[in-house]
Amino acid sequence: MLNISKEKNGKACTYFLEGRLDTTTAPQLEGDIKESISDVNSLVMDLAKLEYISSAGLRVLLSAQKTMNKQGSMVVRNVRDEVNEIFDVTGFADILTIE
Amino acid sequence: MKELTIEAKTENLDEVLEFIDDILSEYDCSMKLQMQIDVAVEEIFVNIAHYAYDPGTGDAVITADVSGDPSCLTVTFADSGVPYNPLAKEDPDVTLNVEDRQIGGLGIFMVKKSMDGVEYEHKDGKNVLTIKKALV
Repeated sequence: MLNISKEKNGKACTYFLEGRLDTTTAPQLEGDIKESISDVNSLVMDLAKLEYISSAGLRVLLSAQKTMNKQGSMVVRNVRDEVNEIFDVTGFADILTIE
Repeated sequence: MKELTIEAKTENLDEVLEFIDDILSEYDCSMKLQMQIDVAVEEIFVNIAHYAYDPGTGDAVITADVSGDPSCLTVTFADSGVPYNPLAKEDPDVTLNVEDRQIGGLGIFMVKKSMDGVEYEHKDGKNVLTIKKALV
């Protein structure tokens, strides 16, 4: 189960993810991001309520990061310890901008 | 020992995780430990769902058992699909920059990194993958 909410303000967009970003829910986020960020130059992913991430979720974050590298910047913030552990193990801690 | 026979398709992932989490609920697992185990189970089950019977479908048989002191969880995944040893795949380079990063192989890499033991065997026409993790 993943709840996606977002705040868009001009060219800035913040996603708030709540629940689990896994094989089942990742396509939902991927579709939403594709539709929403074409005119965005500042993307923030707030993971304060994200409890779980698997490689399917990492794929979506990587894809968003690649898109934002071309048109602006992306920041990941409020990462929980359990999720941060996954970022560390996979080297994602080095390719994402985590605040 | 508990056993679940289930059609290997991604729609059944939640049911597989419930099966595992039910067993873990009897133990005092930290959030981190529970997540490591769930991620490992997800990556392995989804691999079977995507590749074992492609383009058809088939079952996965999952058994789980906790034994020993300190308690150790053992989970085995068996499928009758195409013989495939996911552990033989080269680990992905996790130091590459964003543009060169690939996701392929990352799932199994996470399993190897987070579990205490991962073994593959091809036995009686089945792929059998076993993971072990101490519940401490």
